[in-house]
Amino acid sequence: MNIIVPIKQVPNLTDELEINDEGTDLAHDMVQYVLNEFDEHALEEAVLIKESVGGTVTVIGVDTTGELDGILHLALAKGADKAMKITGDFMPGTPSHVQAQLIADAIRTLAPDIVLTGVQAADDRDGQIGPMLAAHLNLPYVGVVTGVSITDGQAIVHKEYAGGVMAEFIVALPMVVGVQAAHRPPRYAPVSKIRQIAKTARIEALAGVETAQAGSTVRRMFKPEAAGHAEMWDGTPDEIAEKIADLLAEKGLLKRTL
Amino acid sequence: MSNDIFVLAEHFKGQVADITYEMTGKARQLATALGGQTVGVLLGNDMATLAASIGADRVLYVNDPALTHFNPEAYGRVLHALIQKHNPRVMMIGSTSMGMDLAAALSITTGLPLIAYVTALDVEEGTLVATSQIYGGKIQAEAIPDGEACIISCLAGAFPAEAGRVETGQRAVETIPSPVPLDDLRVRFVQLIEPAGGDVDITQQAILVSIGRGISGAENVELAQELAEALGGAVSASRPVTDAGWLPKTRQVGKSGLTVKPKVYLALGISGAPEHLEGMRNSELIIAINTDPKAPIFDVAHYGATCDMLDLMPALTEAIKARQAA
Ligand SMILES: Cc1cc2nc3c(=O)[nH]c(=O)nc-3n(C[C@H](O)[C@H](O)[C@H](O)COP(=O)(O)OP(=O)(O)OC[C@H]3O[C@@H](n4cnc5c(N)ncnc54)[C@H](O)[C@@H]3O)c2cc1C
Ligand SMILES: Nc1ncnc2c1ncn2[C@@H]1O[C@H](COP(=O)(O)O)[C@@H](O)[C@H]1O
Repeated sequence: MNIIVPIKQVPNLTDELEINDEGTDLAHDMVQYVLNEFDEHALEEAVLIKESVGGTVTVIGVDTTGELDGILHLALAKGADKAMKITGDFMPGTPSHVQAQLIADAIRTLAPDIVLTGVQAADDRDGQIGPMLAAHLNLPYVGVVTGVSITDGQAIVHKEYAGGVMAEFIVALPMVVGVQAAHRPPRYAPVSKIRQIAKTARIEALAGVETAQAGSTVRRMFKPEAAGHAEMWDGTPDEIAEKIADLLAEKGLLKRTL
Repeated sequence: MSNDIFVLAEHFKGQVADITYEMTGKARQLATALGGQTVGVLLGNDMATLAASIGADRVLYVNDPALTHFNPEAYGRVLHALIQKHNPRVMMIGSTSMGMDLAAALSITTGLPLIAYVTALDVEEGTLVATSQIYGGKIQAEAIPDGEACIISCLAGAFPAEAGRVETGQRAVETIPSPVPLDDLRVRFVQLIEPAGGDVDITQQAILVSIGRGISGAENVELAQELAEALGGAVSASRPVTDAGWLPKTRQVGKSGLTVKPKVYLALGISGAPEHLEGMRNSELIIAINTDPKAPIFDVAHYGATCDMLDLMPALTEAIKARQAA
């Protein structure tokens, strides 16, 4: 199986995000980037497929930060066989439409059997890359997937609906899948292994050529002005525990033990 | 191009999903401002009654056996053909499990821009303005489509469903066969798989101790269990906790988990991503503990504190026990 996993860096959401002076985008120079968590699941599912039916896993990304090598090394440490990056004058926050076109152009020539993307990314304001790749490559797509298994040259995929209900589909290869969660928790790559790989890995660089894409113009980016906000308690954990217990007691929600 | 607002009507197990009403209500407002009609688009098989229950000026009901169950490829082909034929001003699709397979692909095949994760949608002097909720709910982006027509994918819960339910403006259901062949699909629906039973039903609990990634590891789940026991409630979780296998899937709250409405929802180490909020925002009392004072969970919580949940859980268990013994 020739398995391709497009991966993407996204801002670390536990950091404070700042808006630029124009108020139209993030202040990207303040941002710390991490691998999109759903891509981590896509990569794990790819490696699980490789382990069960054989093949190679190639990770590919558009280098919008100049720091993509770090997550490509991480992906190699987690079981990918090859790493590729699309280079050019691409800025952080490059629209999904542009990234999808660039990735589609790159992987068209690789003749993939399976393309596994993360189901979404926190910054894909103009949509998810998976379905766009499928449309560019004229391949079938199923997203929100939590498990892929391959038998007799076709795939059985499980797609999640609300309430824990799943739909099972049989999909002819080649296909594109948007992974929500791998069917096993992503494996951990020890830092020593990532460091080792960073020293020796070869990353194939491709020059990307951007073509015009449908899009929209952000006229204002802002932090949500919440309709409400929690009443905040200060104090040590013990003091906060007392306040919660008082509140629950006051509302008659604490049962007495006899 | 017309000024019509098309809405993809989502349905599941013979019922129209709420997201449909949320969008038809909003569509009415847009159509009025733009001088177009609202058009419900229903794809299905043997669903004439359902088609008649969608409140829109017109309903396009595509009736085909290949549309009995949701199939992303079949839906994609049919919607592409309908958009090409009718040129709506706006095609509204839910940002749901089904809609997420469609909107971005249609944007490529039709060449129309897509604005995703939309929570606010208005017309200003003839121009559509859409606000997306991105970066896990921490940032909003207000955008204008390049060109007049576009696809909008709407987050669940963004618009009131009531407005769509009371829409009785429907004048005509037009039943049509599929405008494209559906006999050579590469995606085939096999079956629905229901969640495993036998675990605690978190939708029936008065008190939920809900843990997120802040729990840091399987070894700490016990602390939440002890707290839930002291409170006479149960432990629920956000998605990363169930994905990691630290709790069973049956405990997951949110978009792809369960919707809960307990008397008390203790959100511990949960950031409050839109997909999580979708499943718990209507809880009667929400108390959030998170080390990040900017976590979006504090925007829906009634009370909150910034401290380490790992310190708080044992302290709260003790405080509860002390009061119960008193
Ligand atoms: C199609 C789709 C469906 C989804 N369905 C669901 C769903 O059903 N349910 C769901 O929950 N998510 C769902 N998600 C995932 C969702 O987008 C978020 O990724 C998820 O909700 C984040 O979980 P979290 O808040 O636990 O983790 P994070 O966002 O990582 O947040 C962890 C929080 O814990 C805080 N923290 C860390 N350490 C501590 C500590 N010691 N003490 C206190 N606080 C601490 C951090 O400040 C942070 O705010 C879905 C996503 C997609 C794309
Ligand atoms: N260089 C890196 N870039 C992106 N993610 C990383 C990197 N190193 C580790 N991670 C991920 O971050 C999480 C914590 O890793 P660590 O920092 O190694 O403890 C793990 O899930 C890793 O997969």
